[in-house]
Parts: sequence; structure tokens; C-alpha cells
Amino acid sequence: MSTRIANQGRLIDRSKPVRFTFNGKSLQGYAGDTLASALLANDQMLVGRSFKYHRPRGIVASGAEEPNALVGLGQGETFEPNQRATTTELFDGLTAQSQNHWPSLEFDIGAVNSAFARFLPGGFYYKTFIHPRAFWKHVYEPFIRQSAGLGKAPKDRDADTYEHFYVFADLVVIGGGVAGLQAAKAAGETGARVLLIEQTAHWGGRAPVDGGEIDGMAPEDWIAQTLDALRAMPNVTLRARCMGSGVYDHGYVLGYERLTDHAPETAGPRHRLWRIRAGQVITATGAIERPLSFAGNDVPGVMLASAMRDYAVNYGVAPGRRVIVVTNNDDAYRTAIALKRAGIDVLRVLDARTSGGGALMEEAKAQGIRIDCGRAIAKVTGGKRVAKVAICAQEGQGAALEEVACDAVAMSGGWSPVVHLWSHCGGKLIWDDAWAMFRPDPARAPTGADGRPFVTAAGAANGELTLGATLADADAAGKAAAKSAGFKPRRIRTPQGSVTDEAPLVPVWLMPRAAKVELRAKAWLDYQNDVKVSDVQLAAREGYESVEHTKRYTTLGMATDQGKLSNINGLATLSEALGEAIPQVGTTTFRPPYTPISFGAIAGEARGAVFQPLRRTPIHDWHEAHGATWEPVGQWRRPYTYPQNGETPHDAVMREVRNTRQAVGMLDASTLGKILVRGPDAGRFLDLLYTNMMSTLKPGKCRYGLMCSENGFLMDDGVVARIDEETFLCHTTTGGAEHIHAHMEEWLQTEWWDWQVYTANVTEQYAQIAVVGPKARAVLEKLGGMDVSKETLPFMAWADGTLGGIGVRLYRISFSGELSYEIAVRAGQGRALWDRLTQAGAEFGMMPYGTEALHIMRAEKGFIMIGDETDGTVIPQDLGLGWAISKKKEDYLGKRAQQRSHMTDPTRWKLVGLETLDGGVLPDGAYAVAEGTNANGQRNVQGRVTSTYQSPTLGRGIAMGLVLHGPDRMGEVLEFPGTDGKISKARIVDPVFYDKDGEKQNV
Amino acid sequence: MKRYSAFAVAREALSYHTGWGRAWRAPEPKPRYDVIIVGAGGHGLATAYYLGKNFGITNVAVLEKGWLGGGNTGRNTTIIRSNYLQDPSAAIYEKSRALYENLSQDLNYNVMFSPRGVIMLAQTEHEVRGYRRTAHANALQGVTTEWISPARVKELVPIINLDGPRYPVLGGLWQARGGTARHDAVAWGYARACSAMGMDIIQQCEVTGVRREGGKVMGVDTTRGAIDCDKLGIVVAGHSGVLADMAGFRLPIESVALQALVSEPIKPCMDVVVMANTVHGYMSQSDKGEMVIGGGADGYNNYTQRGSFHHVEETVRALIETFPMISRLKMLRQWGGIVDMTGDRSPILSKTPVEGVFINCGWGTGGFKAIPGSGWGMAELIAKGHSPLTDAFSLDRFKEGRFIDESVAAGVAH
Ligand SMILES: Cc1cc2nc3c(=O)[nH]c(=O)nc-3n(C[C@H](O)[C@H](O)[C@H](O)COP(=O)(O)OP(=O)(O)OC[C@H]3O[C@@H](n4cnc5c(N)ncnc54)[C@H](O)[C@@H]3O)c2cc1C
Repeated sequence: MSTRIANQGRLIDRSKPVRFTFNGKSLQGYAGDTLASALLANDQMLVGRSFKYHRPRGIVASGAEEPNALVGLGQGETFEPNQRATTTELFDGLTAQSQNHWPSLEFDIGAVNSAFARFLPGGFYYKTFIHPRAFWKHVYEPFIRQSAGLGKAPKDRDADTYEHFYVFADLVVIGGGVAGLQAAKAAGETGARVLLIEQTAHWGGRAPVDGGEIDGMAPEDWIAQTLDALRAMPNVTLRARCMGSGVYDHGYVLGYERLTDHAPETAGPRHRLWRIRAGQVITATGAIERPLSFAGNDVPGVMLASAMRDYAVNYGVAPGRRVIVVTNNDDAYRTAIALKRAGIDVLRVLDARTSGGGALMEEAKAQGIRIDCGRAIAKVTGGKRVAKVAICAQEGQGAALEEVACDAVAMSGGWSPVVHLWSHCGGKLIWDDAWAMFRPDPARAPTGADGRPFVTAAGAANGELTLGATLADADAAGKAAAKSAGFKPRRIRTPQGSVTDEAPLVPVWLMPRAAKVELRAKAWLDYQNDVKVSDVQLAAREGYESVEHTKRYTTLGMATDQGKLSNINGLATLSEALGEAIPQVGTTTFRPPYTPISFGAIAGEARGAVFQPLRRTPIHDWHEAHGATWEPVGQWRRPYTYPQNGETPHDAVMREVRNTRQAVGMLDASTLGKILVRGPDAGRFLDLLYTNMMSTLKPGKCRYGLMCSENGFLMDDGVVARIDEETFLCHTTTGGAEHIHAHMEEWLQTEWWDWQVYTANVTEQYAQIAVVGPKARAVLEKLGGMDVSKETLPFMAWADGTLGGIGVRLYRISFSGELSYEIAVRAGQGRALWDRLTQAGAEFGMMPYGTEALHIMRAEKGFIMIGDETDGTVIPQDLGLGWAISKKKEDYLGKRAQQRSHMTDPTRWKLVGLETLDGGVLPDGAYAVAEGTNANGQRNVQGRVTSTYQSPTLGRGIAMGLVLHGPDRMGEVLEFPGTDGKISKARIVDPVFYDKDGEKQNV
Repeated sequence: MKRYSAFAVAREALSYHTGWGRAWRAPEPKPRYDVIIVGAGGHGLATAYYLGKNFGITNVAVLEKGWLGGGNTGRNTTIIRSNYLQDPSAAIYEKSRALYENLSQDLNYNVMFSPRGVIMLAQTEHEVRGYRRTAHANALQGVTTEWISPARVKELVPIINLDGPRYPVLGGLWQARGGTARHDAVAWGYARACSAMGMDIIQQCEVTGVRREGGKVMGVDTTRGAIDCDKLGIVVAGHSGVLADMAGFRLPIESVALQALVSEPIKPCMDVVVMANTVHGYMSQSDKGEMVIGGGADGYNNYTQRGSFHHVEETVRALIETFPMISRLKMLRQWGGIVDMTGDRSPILSKTPVEGVFINCGWGTGGFKAIPGSGWGMAELIAKGHSPLTDAFSLDRFKEGRFIDESVAAGVAH
């Protein structure tokens, strides 16, 4: 049955019908409808089930504050749970499903919870489900999890894309109601860059529905005129469907723009996150109406009075045919009048105030609406829809005076300014007794880095609830904010809004005032989470007295609407229970986002392959084409090995090691960090950074160096080459380049800022190729161009020259123990050099090798690897690297730390080699056990494996490890239990397994 | 105090639950206590509880400047695990985890400990080696963990994407009896039990000074007057530096805001806790259905208990890669908590230069899981002057260089 009203609906286009489905039923609405208005138009008041009791839930609100009307939207890769029907614009083909019920919305088994509601008060689960112990995990918890949870989990990968915008603005105005429009205009006139954002698709907010006049015009005309003026200003940007999500420190604001939610077939990203740096922020976010707490206020058909008016005026929908209005303030009379005008029966206005209202009441009366003052609702009855209302005196316990059959109730408990964005970044609130609401305290605004306020609230968001006051306030806010942002306000006229003579509101936190406990146990505060007045009272009685305790104990305000309707009512209930004034009880914290924002939007463009930058060496494509398997190292990917003809990766690695040791191999070493350190003080700087002496290094020479943290732990190693008197090139590990560079800069900028040293991370400027093995020299000679003999270029020297026609810098350094050259070229020539080397090397049997072969070869030589032998707890002295620590230097980073008692303790574990007795490979990370257990009952240990490999060169497993008194215990056998219970035995040996005298690298 | 049970709830239902009394008393401070604990977070309350339960010391006050459990205890993402690498850590975290197993029964308050299992994903070769090592260490420490294959990971977490284009899942370290608990309930349960033993939990009572004489503690000044004590336990997490200053010593602690967020609730889709340290994010699903997510801390020291955006962005990005189906979920709220970080990322449970003053702090990003064990050890330390659980965590270790560094095992230590 359609509930459309003939003469209303300013936002819908009746010439454009739109088809959609709800729970599989095909329904029709109009362009301009929200899903909520279209559902109501089809008389679908029941839209979901509550969280805890699975109570039937209807639409209560018309905007972002809606707690009930949450649906699953779309299907498959576009399925989205918990979407608010009130903020979902209708489009052709929309599919929606209601949530949290089984088997169906109308008949939900979970609703038995409702029958037991009395046994499930707030926090009941803390008192129950305690015994027997195993039941929590296996019985109670699965049941609770299944019955909670609202929407279904999406199953598929998201089909949509998202993007981020980065924006600077002098002023961001959040909220496009009349206050936001006027604030933006007043500021825009000064020339300031203004960004005005509005969460809905429409400008003007509530004014067109609420009526009144601005400068003698209907609000709609004034809005149109102001929009024209704003659009004509080049310095003003307007964005509808863009919600102010959060205000953060230093003027950082997030805007959440929904680009295609209302038109999914449109190309382009679905959401756009605006990352705004604002000089000033105005929150013109309006106010939200509060429900009243009476028994049965959660029955579908009970709705906020303002929402009912919205549905009638904006969408031409009658949420009911026979309506009772209940209120404690004048605004609800606007609803009564609007409904009456739309042809809906307004049976009664129940005004809890004994003396009723002002001019609006008179107007309603004049229209023939019956008004009962001092009256309240004792109870609403009805299952899935309001059936009747029991009326009582507000002062009393709820004895029914009369029962009236009706199908909808419009309620108004007053208004609360939307202070969320004001509060996100520390703005404080004051309690306004006259309107019974928290409003922003202008004296305690959020402050920026300079200690000055950067957020101003304007209009209803600032507690100005009449049209006239709202416009004046917004105008002043716009001008003041522009001035704070450094612009000169222009003297332009403030628009005049009409002011209705309204009678004061009388706070009503419980209806009737002395409602009996049976009624209080049916008076809902939080509709989604099922928190009632009696629950908050229980929390107070049990000592959960702070608002935060009450909130957490009862879950009040923690649902997906974040308590937009329930917070103030809950707080007032608590304060009455405690006998304290509301401001003494305080508010809970407002946390971003204002309404939930999609994870997709937060992540933005960086997804899939571009989720993190992928760093490729200039030779990457060649590796790819030659079947490399990859190992991620930081943001790089390095070839792990290059399997050939169906080899297993393990066999490939073995082949690569053998080939390199016996003939020649090549490695793409481009990822190694390369940091240029230059300046008159460069030598002195490096002497402090490295444990070795670097200032004495001669140009043309290289030195292996160690870097320690302030705490003395080894953090990186690498070869340093002195390029000229003032220039050093420091090689770091692949993973270390960025943080070592940052480490250098930190010291330079914070401690030695007066030294003349400059650093540049040139890692990506060079490609570097290692040519390694007994035939390495022959390969380079074949390429020709420079003298690569031992005499001209001895071990640990470098030289500039050309190879195969390409300008190179050639280092004689080795990480494998073989004759080895590392060739650095400009990155752009990396691939050309690689190709030439491959050609030249072919006749010598040259093959590429990957990281695993590299690791094995270094382990065979007993070279340590940062991250294997070190883990942030190891000092160079543990690793037998004392030779790399200069004794001559007065200081280096870590020196003092290395003198502390634990660092010089002779029982520190020291590096040794480990050889399994059976030739097998020791398990990675295994510990060597000792006798007995410690004071905590843990098995004593005396060492551990740091690296372990199958060595093709030695034909057996080899390992390195740190062992208690290790170097003094050569030949001893240790036991290493595996996680599988198997014990491996290994003998302590020298860590250098291959070419102990280092003859091979020195040829 | 009424005992809690389903039966009691049913009985009280008859009178619409108007018969329940206070969970904890709201006493006025007495002039003197044997022991004063500053800070009614989980650690402070647990310390008081085990002082009473294990050592019969009940003339105890717990002073709290705000509301009990309102610090990080009420802000954290509730992951409980004990698969730490270093012996002292494994000892105290495993003691703690074991105490969690029976905590609901012990306190007669359902703290909803849910040993649903925790997986720490290995997404680089380096991580594989690190977790293999942890598995070996755990086996010798009496902590049950297991290295599991990618296929087993997928079985446990069907929504996971094993072969993301950047960091494929290579396996994981699985602790089947790790999990989560309800954070507020832990604080409330301990508070109720302490109160029942006659201890005074005094909220809205900020300690403003530590009174000393001849290097020994005499008492504290508070916003509710001066209170004397023989022994003082400072258990204030992020504000430890401030309290230490009052007592006249310094701490090697930095305070930063750690960020967390939750999604809107959805029906159960992930039964275990997953931590992905390479990409910096972790996620679990609460009993309400919210995906509970954490990741990084702000890159600068501060005391603002506020959410900031930049880390949230990185964390969410990483988790969408790991669990593609979450892309269309929405962030419901985000927040930050001030965590107290030591140089080695391990806590301090220690005597101090002031006789009679003990400190428990530095739990940083991962102390929720440690609440029962830390309380147990701290109570022993206060009562007897030392405890095998706390000895290694003394303040001296920073002077001696005897760090307990866990960064090897976990980039993100929750
Ligand atoms: C976002 C986030 C996520 C986290 N996730 C996890 C996780 O998943 N798993 C995990 O194990 N840990 C986690 N943690 C860490 C964990 O929350 C903390 O380590 C733990 O809760 C600390 O407990 P506490 O009792 O020491 O401190 P708190 O709970 O902070 O208690 C300290 C108390 O001291 C009070 N106080 C301070 N100064 C004074 C004074 N002068 N006088 C009186 N009282 C005072 C404070 O008000 C506060 O109540 C997380 C932390 C954060 C912030």
C-alpha cells in the first residue's frame, strides 16, 4: 500500500519512478527518495531487528542519526552491510536486505531474547556464563557472537576503487545548512579560500522544512540565491555528499565524499577522502532531535517529530495515517501543523508542559488540532507497528487516563547541537539550562600549534536554535574565522531570519516523571543496542557511576549510530539516578569519524600491486624473464634463486653456489644501500658513526665497517669507499639504507649541526653488479677497458674506468670469499652492463645467483649477516669482530654502552661455528639446552643457532651460533631440541668453514 | 557482596534488578594504609588483589585520579598471548595467560577470556626465521606454540588472502590458547574482588606528591588530602614519568599515542586473532562483531589521548591487503591511548631509589595481556622484596645494559 501524499515532496521527482528490492520484494520509489523514504512510501515501517533482544525496529530518524534502519546493500563484490537507509539515496536496481534476524524479518527466532529481556539486563553477561569454565569458549561465546553482529560479513573482494584528495584551505565550513552557507559567504567575500562541505545531496539543511523567512524570502529562495553567490566566487569550493568526518590536531580535517553510492553505474572511484589542512574550521553541523523515554518508545511507528515532518514535506510520505505527537517543546508543533497540512490525521498533541507552548501551539490549535497539556505517554503498544497509546499525566507513575488507537507517534524531547567535530580535537562543552543541551564553550575551543583557537561552531551546532539567531551567529563566525585566517572582513549586511515566539522547553528525561519500574524497563534509550532507562539506573546502583562506566557497562551509545540519539538522554537518566546535575556527570568522549567511513576510502588508491611502492632494480625485468623466484626485502624484491629446467629452488641454489665457487657467478647487488657522505668534517663524522677508524682511509681504498646503536648493539655493516679527501661512499645493507640515512641525519641535525657534512642516499642512482668466482677477472678482461689485475686493483681497492664501453666504478670487495668485483654504473646503464657481462661470461660458464646462494657463501666464510647473527641484542664483541673496533678512537656511537657491566660480562654468548654430528642441517633458531631449569621453571639454555644452511661446498650442514663461552669450547657437542621433539647434536667449531686463510679472495 | 550467577540474575529479575548492590564500595580515604597503589588500571588493581589473596595484606588503598579502568586498560585491543622470545618475558606473560584461564571463576566476574588462538603471520624470510626461533624458545619455556603452514593459516582464517602481491603469507606462529578478554570486565572484576576483601578503591583522587623522609616513603598528597603508607606502588602507565618525578627519580620512558579503531559490527567471520607485523596491522573480531584493529603509534612523543589519522591509514591499507573483504566495512570509531615505552620495549617492575616505593610501568603497547601475571609478581615484589617473575625487569638493567629486547620476535608488540 502506498503512503504517498499527493501535494508534498519537494525533493522527489514523481516523473522518474525508480525500482528497487527489499528482502527480495520489488518495490517502487522516485528519484530523489532515500531508501528510508521509499520504504515508508511502501508502508514498510519494520526494517530490522535490534542487537540484543532482536526487537522489531522501525525507522526513527531521517538522517545520519538513524539507529535502526540499517540494511545490507548490494550483492557479491558490491555488498555492504550496515548501510543506513536514511542516508542512502535511491537508485534504479538498488537491492537491500534487512539484518540481524533468522529466518526472516517478520519472524525472527532470536526474538525469544525479547521475552527473556527481564533476565538479560544491562551487563548481565558479566554476572553469568561463569561456570563451567570451558563453556565460555565453546558454548556461550559462540552463541553470543552469532546473535550479535548485525549485518552479514562481505565475502568478496571489493569491486570499487577509492581515492584521496589533498587540499589546503583557509577555512573549511562543515555543514551546508543556512548557517554553513552564510558562514561560507561571509568568509568567501573576504577572498579567503573556503571549502564548504555538506553530507547530504542537498543544500540548506532543515530550513526549507522548518519554515520561517530570511530577508523576507522563503528559505528555499534564499538558499538558491546564496548558492548562486557562492558559486560565483572563484575562491569558494562547494561539495555536497561530502561529510566532515573528523577534526584532528593542527587544522587537519577529513572529508568523506560519496561519489557513486547514489549512482553505482557511474565510472570512477566510489569514495574520495579529502585530506584537508585548514587554517580555520567552522562546524555548522546543526542539531539533532532527542527522543522521549516512555515505555514502548521503540515500537516501529514511533519516530522523531522532525523526521516525520521531513518525510511528509521532503518526500511526500505519510509515516502514519493517525498520528499522536508528544513533546516537551514547541518545535513538535511544526510537525503537527505540517502533517495536518499534508492531510494526515493528527489525533492529539500531548504536551508534557502544564502550560503548553507559544505561538506555534496557537497555530496548531487554530488548525483544529487537539492539544492536551501536562500529558504524557504511559505506554505504546503494538508488535511490529504502533497500535495504541496509553495516555497519562506527566506528573505521576503512569496510570492510564485513556487509550487511543493510532499507527504512529511523533516525539520530541528537545534538540542537541551536533558538537562531535567541535569535540574531536579537544573543544569543551557547557550545559545550557534553558534548552537542556550541551553547547560548545567558545572560551575553550580546540587550539592549534600556536595556542589559538582554530574551530568555531556556528548556528544550531553552536546552540542557536532559531533561524534569526542562527544566521546572525553564522555570519559573525564566518567573518571572524576569515579574520583569524588573515583576511579582512568586508562590511556586508547580515541576513535577517524570522524569529518565532517560542515557549521555553521543559526537560523531560522520563515519561511519566515517576514511571514505575515495569515501564522504565520498557523505555528505550539506545534502540540499536537495547539499552533502557532501567539499565542505566541499574548501572548507577551498582557503582558504575562515571559516564564512561555506565556507557561501557550498558553499551549505551556504542552502537553504529554512536549514540547520536541516546547520549544525552542516557546521561540525564544517569544524573537523575545519581542525584547530580548533568554537567557534573559530564559527557563521554566524541571520537572520529562522525559517521562511519569505509575502509576502502581510508586506504585510498594504494591497493593490490601498488599497496606499497615496489622498488625494482634496473635489472628487474631480466630476472623476471629468467624465472627468478622472489624474496621481498624491505620494499625491494630480490631474486632468491633462478631455477632452470624444472629444478627445485633448493637444487637451484646448490648449483648457483657451486658454479660461483668453481667458475663464476653474477649477482644483482643494486639494492645495497649507498649513502654519499661529504664535506670537510665527513671523516670525523664517520669516525663517530662507525666503530672503525674511517678518517684514515686513503682515497681509492675500501674498508669494512660496523655501526652500533647508542646502546652499543650492532645495527648495520658495509663497505666504505673513500672517493676523495672530502667524500665517502657508505654501503649499507639492503634493508638498512633508509634508516641508516635517517640515523645519520638525526645525529647531524640534532647533535652535530655545526659540522660541515652532507649526506645523500644515492642507492637508486646506481646499479651494482657483483662478478664473483675464480674466473671473475677473466670475464672483466674479456669486456675490456680497464686494468683489473691484482697489482693495479688489489683487494679492498676501487677505481673508476670503463668496462665494455660503459663508465664504471669498480670495487674489489668480496662477501663470498671468492675473487670478486662489484661494478657500479649509473642506474640507466645497469641493464646494458648486465647484458654485456652475460655475453662476456658465457664462455666461462657464468650464471646469475640469488640471495640464498649469497647467504650460503657468506656463511661458509663465517661472515655475519645483519638480522641473522644480530637481532638488536648483539654487540660486535660477541661476534668476534673486535678487530673492527678501533682502539685508537676516543669515542664512537655505542662505545660507552659497550663498557657497561652486562656488555663486558664474560658469560655473554659468543659466535662459533656448529657442525652437526650426522651432517644434517640444524633447525633454524634452535636453542642449545643446558642442565636444569631456572627460577620460573623454564629449561636452561646455553646457546642458539643464528644461521643454518646446507653447504654444497662442504657437502654437509653448517651453522653459526652464539654459545656460552663458545670460543673456549671448541670440539664440545651441544644438544638442540627441535619443536618436533627430535634432538640434533652439533659440535662447536671455528665459524670459518671455507678457505680459512682467505687466499681465494686475494688472488 | 552478592555472588554472581545465572541463578542470582534470575532471582533479581523478579524485582526488576532493583536489589543489586554496589560492585565496589565508594569509601572515603583513611588516614593510613599499609600499602597504597597509585593507579586503578588493570595492573594496579591486580597488584592489590594478589597482595590480599596471596599475602593477606588487605589494608590497601588503590588511588585513581579518574575512573577505574579508564586508562589504557579501557582503551586497548585486548590481545592476550605469551609467545614471547626472551625467557623473562615468556615467564611473566605465560603466568599471566594461565591466570586468565581461570580468572572469571577466581573473581566471580565474567571477564570473557576467550582462548580463540592468535596467529602471527610471517611474510618475509626474515620473519620466518624469527618465528621459528620463537617456537624453539617457547618449547623450552613451557609455552605452547606452533609454527604453521600457509594452508593451515587459511584453514584457521578463511577470509585471509595468502598471496597478496607484495607480501605473501609464508606461514605463522600459532598460539592456540592465546586470545582476547573483555578489558573493562578485567578492571571491574578485580575492583569488585579487592573491595570485597576490604580494600579501598578511591576514584577521583589524584596523587599530587610523594612524601619522603630520609630516602624512605611516608605517604602521598592527593586531591583528597594526605594519606600515609608504609609502601607505595606506582602503577600509572603513561603517567609514570610524572609520578617518578614526584618521588624524585627519573625513568627511561617515552610516552606516545598508540592508535586503534573498530569497524561496525558484522556477523562472525574471523574466529582467531591475526597479527601481521611486516605490514603493521592486526585484527580480531569482538563478541559484538566489530573488527578490532590496531597498528602503529604516532611518530612523536605526546600525551594527547586522541586518535590521529596517519597510522590508521597505513594500518587499514595493510589489512585490506591481508583481508580484502573488509574494504566495504566501515570504521566506526578510532582512538588513541598513551603508552609508556622503554628503550628495550619491556616493562619495569622494580624497587626504586626511594625505600618503600615500587614501580610497575613500561608495558607500552602490550600490557593488557600481562595484567594478572604482573599483579601476581608485583604483589610478591612489594610483599617480599623480590619475585622470580619480576627480578629481570628491574630498573638497574638500563644501567647494566641488560636489556630484554623483544623486537626480534615482533615488530608490533601487542
Ligand atoms: C590503543 C592501544 C591498544 C593496545 N592493545 C593491546 C593489546 O592488544 N594487548 C595488550 O596486551 N596490550 C595492549 N595495549 C597496552 C595495554 O593497554 C596497557 O599496557 C595496559 O592496559 C596498561 O595497564 P595499566 O594498568 O598499567 O595502565 P592504565 O590502565 O593506563 O592505568 C593507569 C591508571 O593510573 C591512573 N593515574 C595516572 N596518574 C595518576 C595520579 N597522579 N594519581 C592517581 N591515578 C593516576 C590513570 O588514570 C589510569 O587509570 C594497548 C594499548 C593501547 C593504547
